[in-house]
Parts: sequence; structure tokens; C-alpha cells
Amino acid sequence: MKFSRLVLANLFRKKVRLILTIGSFAIALVLFTFLAVVKSAFSRGTEIAGADRLVVVSRIGLMQLMPISYRDKILAIPGVKAVTHNHWFGGVYQDEKNFFPQFVIDPENQRQVMTELVVPDDQWNNFVKDRMGAIAGARTAARFHWKIGDRIPIKTTLYGGGSSEFNLDGIYHSERPGGDESQFWLQWKYFDENAPAPVKSTAGWYVVKLDSPDDAVRVAKAIDEKFANSSFETKSETESAFAAYFVKQFGNIELLILTIGSVVFFTLLLVTGNTMAISVRERTSELAVLKAIGFSGRAVLFFVLAESVIIALVGGFLGLALAYLTIPVIGLALTGLLPPLILSKSLLTLGLGFALLVGAASGLLPGIGAMRMRVVNALRRV
Amino acid sequence: MAIPIIYNVRSVKARWTSTIVAVAGIAGTVGVFIAMLSLARGFRATLVSSGSEDNALITRAGATSEMTSGVSIDSVKIIQDAPGIARGANGPLVTPEAVLMAPIPLLSTGTDANVELRGVSPNVFAIRRNIKIIDGRMFQPGLSELVVGKNAKATYSGLTLGSTIGLGSARWQVVGIFDAGGSAFDSEVWGDAHLLNGAYNRPDNLSQSVTVHLASPAALQQLKDSLTADPRLNVDVTREIDYYSKQSTRMTQLITILGGFVALIMAIGAVFGALNTMYSAVAERGREIATMRALGFGGPAVVFSFLIEALLISFIGGAIGAACVLPLNGLTTSTMNFQTFSNLAFAFKITPELLVKGIVFALTMGLIGGLLPAVRAASGPVASALREL
Repeated sequence: MKFSRLVLANLFRKKVRLILTIGSFAIALVLFTFLAVVKSAFSRGTEIAGADRLVVVSRIGLMQLMPISYRDKILAIPGVKAVTHNHWFGGVYQDEKNFFPQFVIDPENQRQVMTELVVPDDQWNNFVKDRMGAIAGARTAARFHWKIGDRIPIKTTLYGGGSSEFNLDGIYHSERPGGDESQFWLQWKYFDENAPAPVKSTAGWYVVKLDSPDDAVRVAKAIDEKFANSSFETKSETESAFAAYFVKQFGNIELLILTIGSVVFFTLLLVTGNTMAISVRERTSELAVLKAIGFSGRAVLFFVLAESVIIALVGGFLGLALAYLTIPVIGLALTGLLPPLILSKSLLTLGLGFALLVGAASGLLPGIGAMRMRVVNALRRV
Repeated sequence: MAIPIIYNVRSVKARWTSTIVAVAGIAGTVGVFIAMLSLARGFRATLVSSGSEDNALITRAGATSEMTSGVSIDSVKIIQDAPGIARGANGPLVTPEAVLMAPIPLLSTGTDANVELRGVSPNVFAIRRNIKIIDGRMFQPGLSELVVGKNAKATYSGLTLGSTIGLGSARWQVVGIFDAGGSAFDSEVWGDAHLLNGAYNRPDNLSQSVTVHLASPAALQQLKDSLTADPRLNVDVTREIDYYSKQSTRMTQLITILGGFVALIMAIGAVFGALNTMYSAVAERGREIATMRALGFGGPAVVFSFLIEALLISFIGGAIGAACVLPLNGLTTSTMNFQTFSNLAFAFKITPELLVKGIVFALTMGLIGGLLPAVRAASGPVASALREL
């Protein structure tokens, strides 16, 4: 474009200011991306939940157990494709800091229900045969540098007590992006044999796979009605509602993040808007000369806008690149505290769009001022 | 000779639009910094204040929280006779407790949250001495009655004095509200341990934990030695305050890492804002500065003057940021404690020390942001600056 040299020359007029403004943009985008990533990590459970799955827990409380006989009763309800059951196994690996969720799983049905968590067939077959077998999620295995065949000592306290060594027979991956790859699975048979009397032949919760997601409400109701007025009543809900139950309990994290986000947005707008205003003010007489020699008001607006948008774009790209580099580092520091931080493509696009918007908005006011100014007045100013 | 400070004050006023940018940047950063730290501190303080120096918590060996612990009734009988435990009018001060969780809707959203239910023995107030009934009365052993922490009453629906609520297979009447001084117990609901176990189909011969009142804080070691040496027992003995401070570690760590990173990034941004403001202040005042130097003010005086100006701006920013978040002090919010999966109410805790930290943080940003522009103001030939239009 024929005016590109003029725009460029204006851009580099004050190098320090240019660098600082681009820097502010980059910083704001790092922050924006980071907050968005953390927010999505908090609500990850609801995002990745299977629409065709129900979670059945005891009505009277999360830690209450239900009889194992419910499995067949739930399976008999029309619309149910498969049922599996789990227990929470609150063991400790080496130190409490090394937290990862440990589930006692039912090898017969696990793969029919949790279809997106994939284990290679040979590893799975070894696990099924092995009473003391275990399967770890790829993330947990990588975190502790476990290899298949390793013996993993887990101090158990919830049931029985003492320490047990499990054989790592396999590693599972999640086919769904962002899926939970931190779980550690143990054999139901081993668990049940060692459980004290009140825990024997029970399930902590059931996961139900449906024929169709449309049946979710009907089947959930049917399950709860079936066990109503028994000594173990149930509460059935979709997997995403179950996950949302935990997310909501984190409290106002979302509000907190939105508040910080808007403070940043506002500050950024002020910084760039002010910079643009200063640089336009400094150049009043120059812009007036441009208009005097025949450039239209719109052309002048274009020059100012082009400058601010270029600053926004460069700063935006820089910020996203920085975020791309720093977020995995901070994610590492948060292992065990939050689900993995994932920087998605849509988030990167959103960030860039956000930068463009701020850039255009901050150039607009001084630009319109320059467009409207009267040449005579501007030139008369010393 | 030093340049009068009134010069800086006036020039800050004269250039208030660009000053506002730097002030807002610093205010935002300091606000976030203080809010995050006060959140982490409030959470920690809530849990730490739950524990007492004179109490010991006995759990199954290796248990990470009461939720994963279990102590049989036979063990409780042995514990009662152990040395180091204080005695009241009705025998040793020991409360074997059942810890359960019940879904109760939050008043704010109407959605269920996990509320910690604690089955206690009737002498619990002789053991946890900083907890008092502030309304109504204590539950009567053997009756389906509950006493409710003051935060639980304010956070969950249906827990006001006199109301009845279905928990487990029974209906319970709320007969008292207790104040636990802002500790974690304030988020709990207490009832008769035997009845709660019954309502939740739990074996009555198993408690989750046993809390004892020590004869003196120093008696812990004696009790520990005696219980861990006993071959009939398999328990851990922890001072109550240590148990609760450990419970706070994961959430505190999470808030500190997240908040620390956010504040760091924002600080870099704010320094950029301050640099920008100060550089343009220096640039716009080229002739002014040259005039002062021509009048005989030396380079160091100019550097000092501009540093003062940067510090003034950052101090205003820091003070505004601190003032904006100050109303958060004491504000109660709730979150899920990772270690127990139960809901816990806690308050932002803004201490004077935290405010001072925030201001120091602001001044540091001002110093970094002001130094380079100040040096630039003091360097450069006077004559050419004066000649400029």
C-alpha cells in the first residue's frame, strides 16, 4: 500500500513508547489467556462429561455406599446400555502432596461405559488377570515417571489399612481432548476381598451408559423411583450435572476471574488510549499539514487507526507466544491441584480478536478527533 | 540543591490524564495482589483457628483426613484411659466423633453443597472450649436434634433455629446455633453421634476420629508415646492445630500460585504503564527540565525529583488499590476444601501488614518505572533542549 511507509515512520517515531505499548498489550494478553485457561480448568469436568452417561450416588451423601446388587437392577431398566461401579480409594503415594484420584473399578464393565478412556488390549488383558493390577492415566504416569511393570506402593487408609504394592499393568489415554488422564484404577476383586464387613459388596457410585442421551431424564427418574423408600435411596443425574455440583462448590472463582479480567481490560484500554492520544496530540500540526495538502479526514483517521491496530496485533501475537511458553510451566506447578491447563486454538483466536478490538477502540477517539479538527485552528497552534 | 517537591505535585496535577493511566495500572495490580493474599490467608486462618493447642486428634494411622479415618469403639475405650488426657466431672474429656457429609442446598444458588455433619459426644464444649452456643441450646443426647455453626446457618437453607431438616433416614430439629470464632467448625452441623450413625446406616462401633482435651499442651508427647506403643492400637496422634493447618495446604497453595502469577504479570504491565507515563512526562517537559538545569539544579537533583514524582504516582495508585479492596475484609465466601470435599465458609482477611506489603509493592513498581526516565531527564545537553521548539 502506498501509505505504508508513512504509517511505519509514524510508528517508529518514539521507539521506547512503541516498545512499552506493545509490551503492555503482550502482558495483558498473557494475563487474559492465563485467566481463561484457569477458568476452563475449573469447569473442565462439565465440559468433558459424557452426555449419554448418568452418575448414581446415594441420596443421603456422597461418601455413603450402596449395595452392589443395584448394578443388575439398574441394568434391567429400559434405555440402559451398561453399568459400572466405582469406589473412592483414598490412598497415599509416598507423600500426601502427590495426590491423584484413585478409583476402584469394575473390569467387566469399565470399558463399555467409559468408552473414551482407552487402554491397549494387551495391557488391559494383563490387568484383568492381575489381582494386584493397576492402570494409571497418562498424565499421572508421566508425572511420577512410571513405566509399565513398575510396582507402585500405595498407603491405604480408607479400608483395611497398611500399605500395598500394585503392579502397573497399563496406561490409559483419553480420546476426548482435555479428558481426565490423572486417575489410578485398581481391581474391584482385590478391594472387595480386603474390605471390612460394612464395605463388602458395596459400590461408592454407579456410572450408567445410556442408549441415547435423550433418555437421560427418564432413566434417571426411573432409577431413583426404583430405589425410593428403600434403606439406600439414590440420586441420579447426568455426568455434567454431577461435575457442575463440584464446580459450583468452588464458589465465586468465576466471578473472581471475571473481575480481574475486566480490571485488566480497563487498564489496558486506558494505557493504549492514552498513548494514542498523546501521539496524536504531539502531531497535531503534522496531521493538519496532511489535511491542508489534500488528504481527506477519513485518510487521517485511517492513519491513526492503522497505527493502533498494528501495535495491537504485534503486541497480541507476542503475548500469545509468551502465554504459549509460560502456561505449561505454571501448569506444572499446579499439578495435583488443578486439571491440566489447556491452551486451545479457539482461545488463541479469541485473544487475538480481543487485542484487535482494544487496538481499534483505543485508536478511534483520537482518530476521530484528528478527522474532525479544523486545519486552520490546528496550524495556528504553536 | 534539591528541587522542591511541590513542583512534582503540581506537575502530576497538570498532567493528570497520563498520570491516571499509571495510577490505575498500579491500583489494579495492588488490588489483585492484596485480594489474592487475603483470600489465601483467610482460608488458612479459618482452618488453623479450628485447631487448639490443648487438643489432640486421634485418627487411624496414615489417614490423611478424618474422612478416610476410622477408630473402633474398643480403641476408644483404651484411649480414654491413656495418660495426659484432662478429666472433667464426668470422666475423661474425650469425644469420639462420626464425620459424614450431607447434601444441603446453598442459600445463594439453591444448588446442593457438601456439608460436614459431625456426630459428637455431649461433653464436646468442654473439649473445644472456644466454641459456644449463641442461640438456643445444646442438643439432648438420644434426641434427633442438631446444633448448627453460625456460617452454616447463614450459608445453607433450612438450618435456622427451630426448623426441621431431613438428613439420612431421620428428621432433625435445629435447637441451637454455635459460634466457633470463624473456624472451620462454623461451617458444620453437629448432632448425637449414635443417632447420626443410625440415620446413615453406619456401624455404631466405628468413629472417624477421637478428639481429646490434653491435661496441658505439653502432655501431647506423653499421650502419643503411650498410644503408639500400645500394640492393640493403630493410630496417629496429632495436635489439633497441626492437623488443621495441614488441611489448608492444598487450597492455600493453589490460591498462592494462581494469585502470585497473576500479580507478577500485572506488575510487569503496571511497570510498563509507569514507564510510559514517566517517559512522556520527561519528553513533554524537555524545556522545563533544561531550564531547571540551566538555573543550576544538578543532575542528581533532577533524577531525585523525577523519582519522587514516580513514587508519588505509585503511592497514590497503591493507596487507591488498597482502599478499593479493603471492603473485602471480613467478607465471607465459601469454597470446597480439596482435602475433605466438604464446603467451607471463610472470610477475606486483610491485615495492616498486608496493606503495607501492597504499598511497598506499589512503590517498588514506581521505582522501577521511574528510574530510567529520571536518568534520561538528567542527561542530554541543556543547550539543545532549550533550543527545541
